[in-house]
Amino acid sequence: MIAKRIIPCLDVKEGKVVKGTNFVGLRELGDPVEMASSYSKQGADEIVFLDISATNEGRQTMIDIVRRTAEQVYVPFTVGGGVRTIEDVNRLLQAGADKVGMNSAAVANPSLITESSNRFGAQCTVVAIDAKRVGDKWHVMTHGGSKDTGIDAIEWAIEVEKRGAGEILLTSVDTDGVKDGFDIDLTKTVVDVVRIPVIASGGVGKPEHFPEVFQATNVSAGLAASIFHENTFTIKEVKDVCKQQGVSIRET
Amino acid sequence: MIAIVDYGMGNIASVKTAFEKLGYEVVVTDDIDTLSAATHIILPGVGSFHAAVEEINTRHLKEDLQKLAKEKPFLGICLGMQLLFDKGFENGIADGLGLIPGEVNVIKTEYILPHIGWNELNIEHNHTVFDMFQNKHVYFVHSFQALTEKKYVVATANYGTEVPAIVRNGHIFGMQFHPEKSGEIGVKLLQAFLQQTSTTEGVES
Repeated sequence: MIAKRIIPCLDVKEGKVVKGTNFVGLRELGDPVEMASSYSKQGADEIVFLDISATNEGRQTMIDIVRRTAEQVYVPFTVGGGVRTIEDVNRLLQAGADKVGMNSAAVANPSLITESSNRFGAQCTVVAIDAKRVGDKWHVMTHGGSKDTGIDAIEWAIEVEKRGAGEILLTSVDTDGVKDGFDIDLTKTVVDVVRIPVIASGGVGKPEHFPEVFQATNVSAGLAASIFHENTFTIKEVKDVCKQQGVSIRET
Repeated sequence: MIAIVDYGMGNIASVKTAFEKLGYEVVVTDDIDTLSAATHIILPGVGSFHAAVEEINTRHLKEDLQKLAKEKPFLGICLGMQLLFDKGFENGIADGLGLIPGEVNVIKTEYILPHIGWNELNIEHNHTVFDMFQNKHVYFVHSFQALTEKKYVVATANYGTEVPAIVRNGHIFGMQFHPEKSGEIGVKLLQAFLQQTSTTEGVES
């Protein structure tokens, strides 16, 4: 049986892993390649880098990080953040990324999804959707969850699949940072309308939140950032809890 | 020296460093003299069957690869494994290298495609070198699978249907998953290929 994936996310700014995605009060945590390598040795099933660099130099540094990661890390990794054009996708894949995530640019220009999928394949085209509850619906948010596009997130999920996305990275703006667990409602609703893997993100505060989302929905993977940093919890602790709850995971 | 065939399909940095980690010298090349001088040939690949066949033909590599496969240990990875078969049906019909009898077509499963993620190996035959990988997870990313006789299948993965994961015809091997992305187990699988092919065995044609 295919295993549920546990994915640590590293926010990278100007070549360093930082804590939090806010642009104020960021703390540097370390070297992205070393941290990715350490997570993969601990049993992470995949790594996600989110580039939040504000400068061209920062973006260029990310390419070097991708190249070094491809040489040193033996699990798949995805790079997102600041992907605007098909050339950005190409550059990251050429440097060795397994998948590229697109978010705001895909909303502004949905043909980027189609183009990436046709040229590089669905398997490396990940669309990140940031969704926020508005009344009885969810809206697609862009620009780090700050701008409401008014687009229905569930319809958008269906459309990105139609356009050739191979995977959806679904972040709940409502639960993100709250540490009270994944957004089960949102996750279940999206998983049930698409036929591509969905990665749930936003809200993990303790290992038990992973088996919770795996049991309540058919989501393929769970992603978290802060609980893994500074060894609050290890990947192994999360996997042990999943295993105890009967979730199929990869043992290393 | 291990040679990785460079034909413009997908990135190979991790394949290269995985073999280097095992202590081998590795070259990435499409030069026939260099390929001929190698002890092992690795055919990687990400993308569509049709596009890969076009790249191979554009570089006039097809006959060379067929010849090399008869002479020395040969490993196809992911799309590179699919290319070992006679025919592929992704984006139209295309002829593969014809090194293992069979065809490549879309996975018939009720599960979602692509088949992305870590799935368990079921070792089919009694291959002592591969026995240790029973129930180990390896990383798959694909929507198409090999359809071949059971005798060529060393291991499968269950994805609502039996998906060939490791195939073999003599010293020609194929791995549908990405050993270079499958953690320590993946590196050990590459090592198993190198060990298994250290003794020469004939290729059935």
